[in-house]
Amino acid sequence: MAVKVLIPTPLQKLTRDQPTVECTATNVTELLESLEQNCPGIKSRLCNEQGELRRFVNFYVNNEDIRFLEGASTPLQDGDEVSIIPAIAGG
Amino acid sequence: MTQTTTPQQSTSATFKALKCKECGEEYELKAAHVCEFCFGPLEVTYDYSAIRRMVTRESIQAGPHSIWRYRAFLPVATDKPIDVGTGMTPLVQAHRLARRLGLEQLYIKNDAVNMPTLSFKDRVVSVALTRAQELSFSTVSCASTGNLANSTAAIAARAGLDCCVFIPADLEAGKVMGTLIYGPTVMAVEGNYDQVNRLCSEVANTHGWGFVNINLRPYYSEGSKTLGYEVAEQLGWQLPDHVVVPLASGSLFTKIYKGFQEFVQVGLVDEKPVRFSGAQADGCSPIAQAYRENRDFITPVKPNTIAKSIAIGNPADGIYASEIARKTNGTIESVSDAEIIDGIKLLAETEGIFTETAGGTTIAVLKKLVEAGKIAPNEKTVVYITGNGLKTQEAVQGYVGEPLTIEPKLDSFERALERSQVLERLEWQPVLV
Repeated sequence: MAVKVLIPTPLQKLTRDQPTVECTATNVTELLESLEQNCPGIKSRLCNEQGELRRFVNFYVNNEDIRFLEGASTPLQDGDEVSIIPAIAGG
Repeated sequence: MTQTTTPQQSTSATFKALKCKECGEEYELKAAHVCEFCFGPLEVTYDYSAIRRMVTRESIQAGPHSIWRYRAFLPVATDKPIDVGTGMTPLVQAHRLARRLGLEQLYIKNDAVNMPTLSFKDRVVSVALTRAQELSFSTVSCASTGNLANSTAAIAARAGLDCCVFIPADLEAGKVMGTLIYGPTVMAVEGNYDQVNRLCSEVANTHGWGFVNINLRPYYSEGSKTLGYEVAEQLGWQLPDHVVVPLASGSLFTKIYKGFQEFVQVGLVDEKPVRFSGAQADGCSPIAQAYRENRDFITPVKPNTIAKSIAIGNPADGIYASEIARKTNGTIESVSDAEIIDGIKLLAETEGIFTETAGGTTIAVLKKLVEAGKIAPNEKTVVYITGNGLKTQEAVQGYVGEPLTIEPKLDSFERALERSQVLERLEWQPVLV
C-alpha cells in the first residue's frame, strides 16, 4: 500500500530535507520499517530501545491520532496520509 | 501602565542554552521546541550563580511593577522588553471563602485582572513576543483555546508585529471578539483544540512564523514562572504550604514549581515543601486519569466540557505535572460541569471575583479536596485564578437569575423587593415549597 508520510522539521535532515516521503506498508509498524529503509536512522528517533513509539511522538492516520485507532497495528490503505507530529506543543 | 526596565538592572543575559528535558541534549538559543533525537521538550537553562550575584529582594522590589521585575529569571536578552503592565496581580486573602470551606489561611492569586487581556496568558505572551523580536520574527501566531489568542493579538498590536491566530470554531463569543478587536487574522478551525494544535505544528514547519506555544514554547512557558515568584514575594518572601492550579497542558503547573525552586536556589526564599494539586474538568481529565492510574504516559481524550479554556485532550506537559503532584504529596482531581458552575458562583459570592470556567474548576477542586481531607485547615493554601468570567458568560447563563424589572415608582419597587425576599427564602428552604 503506497502511503504518504509527512515528516516534521526535526527529522528532515534524515529525509534529505524532504517534507514528505512515500512508503509502502499495510500498518503503522510496517511503515516504521519502510521508513527506516528509505531514511536510515529515522526509526531510532521515533522509537525507544524496546521498539515502541516514544512518548513524545504522535502519529496520525488521515488526521486521527492512532491512539484513538489501533495504535501501531492501525491498518493503512492506498492513498492514506500519515503525519508524524512532535507531541510537545500548545497549552 | 507602560514601564521600562530600570536602568540599574544589568543588561547581561542569564540564559545559556536550550536543553532536552528527557535526554539532556543541548541546543543553541534558537526558535525550536523539540529535541531532534528523542522528541522531548526543550527547556531554557540559566546561570544561577550569575542570577544570585545580580538579584536581591531589594533589587526586585525596586524594579517595575510588572513581571519584568524578575527579568533576570526570564529568557530575554534585551533591557527593553515589551512591558504592558503584565503581572503583579493581587494576592488576596480569601476570608469568606475560607470560612465557608473550613480553612484558616486561603489566598487567591487573581490573574482574572491581569493586563492587558485579563488572563495569565499575558505573562507568557509578553515573554514570547519579546523573544520573538530578538529572533527577528515579523509574524507571530498561536494555537489557542481563547485566552492565548486574546493576549497574542493584543500584545502583537502593541509591539507592531503581524499576527495570525488559530482557535477552535466553537469558542465563547467573548473570546472571539476579544481577539478580533486587535485586528489579527483569525482562523476558526472546525475541530477541537488538539486538532488546532496539530495543524499549527504543521504550519510552524512551513511558514517561518513565531508560534508562541510551538517553536517559541521554551521561552513562552518560562513566563508562567512569574506566578510562582509573585506569590512568594507577596507572601513576604516565603513559599505557601499548598497550591491549587488548573491543568490544561500542564505547563503552568510545572513552571510555578520551577519558579519556587529557582527562588530557593538563588537564596530569595527558604526551602520548604510545597504541595502541588491540579484541577481538571471531568469532561477532559487525561492528566487526572494518568495520576489516578499511576501511569507515566498520557492517554489522550476527546474533550467534552464547558471548561473550554482548559480542554486539552492531549496535554504536552501532562506527565511532568503528574510527576510533580506525586512527588510533592499533592493530588490531581477533576469535577463535573455542574460543580464548575457552582465553583464560579461560590468565588463570586464570597470574594467578589468573577472567574471563567477554568477558575470555577479550580475552586470546585479546592472544595472537593478540603471535603476529602486532602487539604488541612491550617495549610497556607494559594489558589490560582487564571482567567476572567466576563469572557465565558455563556457558561453561567441561566444559572444566575434575572434582574427584577420594575416601573419607576416606589410601590413597584416595594412589591418587587418583597417578592425577591420571598424568592430568596424559598431558595434557602426548597423542601418547604
